[in-house]
Amino acid sequence: MALRQTVFHGDHIQAGARMVDFGGWHMPIQYSGIIAEHVGVRRGVGLFDVSHMGEVRVRGERAEEALNALLTNDVSALPPGTSHYSAMLNERGGFVDDVYVYRLAADDFLVCVNASNRDKDFAWMVEHNPLAGEVDFVDEGDSWAQIALQGRHAVSVASELTELDLAPLARGAVVFGDFAGVEGCWIARTGYTGEDGFEVFMPVEQAQPAWARIVEAGADHDLVLVGLGARDTLRLEAGNVLYGNEIGEDTTPLEAGLRWITKLDKGDFVGRDALIRQREAGISRRLVGLEIEGRIGRPHQPILIDGEPVGELTSGTRSPWMGTNIALGYVRQGHGRPGTNLDIDVRGRIAHATVVKPPFFQREY
Amino acid sequence: MSYPVELKYTEDHEWVLVEGDVATVGITWHAQDSLGDIVFAQLPEVGSEFESGDVCAELESVKAVSDVYAPLAGEITEINEDLDGAEESINQDPYGDGWMFKIQLSEPNAVADLMDSTAYQKLIGDENAAS
Repeated sequence: MALRQTVFHGDHIQAGARMVDFGGWHMPIQYSGIIAEHVGVRRGVGLFDVSHMGEVRVRGERAEEALNALLTNDVSALPPGTSHYSAMLNERGGFVDDVYVYRLAADDFLVCVNASNRDKDFAWMVEHNPLAGEVDFVDEGDSWAQIALQGRHAVSVASELTELDLAPLARGAVVFGDFAGVEGCWIARTGYTGEDGFEVFMPVEQAQPAWARIVEAGADHDLVLVGLGARDTLRLEAGNVLYGNEIGEDTTPLEAGLRWITKLDKGDFVGRDALIRQREAGISRRLVGLEIEGRIGRPHQPILIDGEPVGELTSGTRSPWMGTNIALGYVRQGHGRPGTNLDIDVRGRIAHATVVKPPFFQREY
Repeated sequence: MSYPVELKYTEDHEWVLVEGDVATVGITWHAQDSLGDIVFAQLPEVGSEFESGDVCAELESVKAVSDVYAPLAGEITEINEDLDGAEESINQDPYGDGWMFKIQLSEPNAVADLMDSTAYQKLIGDENAAS
């Protein structure tokens, strides 16, 4: 099957990006190099093409009610013009996906979903929509290009590209207007990197020229182009989970440390019963952060105590910003307290590790 | 992007500089470029012995781990200690400061089986064309 291309594909090729197959999309994995891109975001600002992400539009007088039956977080707590992190679960309490919910208006939502889950999510939403006929779910994944501007200078660069006053926006706010010469954009103060920044949804037909305009506006701010490689190391430093690594159909938000997006008291939603049972029985494993001495951890490497396996890693890298070897992984309940000493089996060699509470990186501005 | 003519090359993207019966080994420009930013090198122990094709070292980039194979049989006589904490040398100067280890060759004649620069460049050209 031919790989799909975002509207900015030509810009990536022109910039000399190394391209990879990512969830069926031909995407930039790196431009100048993962470390340089990562550090560029932490020091200044980075531009990401995240057009592969899916979008589901949910509209109707009772859209809030329908979404509350599908998602873990409480949509009724979300005023128009704001957004929050949420999850969609199966009946066993496992993740169908983790999502970001933007409330564009009282009766109008945009749900941003992982590229690899787009078709599955949309089918799931339609199938489990409790208000079919009243609340409309539309797959708008082909209608939106999406970019992310992340870093301490993101607000300066973004402000040069719109008449809107972005600086006062709170984290999670979402506003409508022109951006980089493209009409009809949704601009949100959100991101996945642990930095301040924006994610911008642009109508796909007009979006292509925006890339060069953003690059031009960023020239005075040392803007770097950032591929999926650094996107992953940035999110890991920020302690953000990745679908397919930390979370999936067989992990629950209680295990993944995402109780804060799981509102068990808001009323019924798919997976709630399973979570209540799990809460009562107690979870058997939990996601923890780890710092590993001397070696770099990788997904699926065993976590040991006294030679006995107590879990495995889900993500790991050398932190490009701190220089430490950071990882996330699941350990049996009882071994997850910060400061706990564990061993990692790194391809047959034992490396010592300490449990630390994520995020590994926290911005200071 | 360069492939010095005085070096020999393997299909696993190592380069070899043979001086007498000692071979200095590193990875090629193509290999370091494919790996990306290298942040950790597990080098063999001095005195350990390998057959040609044995895994004798590991390189880790930010994203992934790669094995390095012994290009020729022999005993490790020296490793590049300066790489510790300066693994980026492998990216920046793969044929110079980025060298990895030296082997006392047990079968020096096997050098003849390795590729020269022209053959190696044809190999990676074919690989690029296939991908």
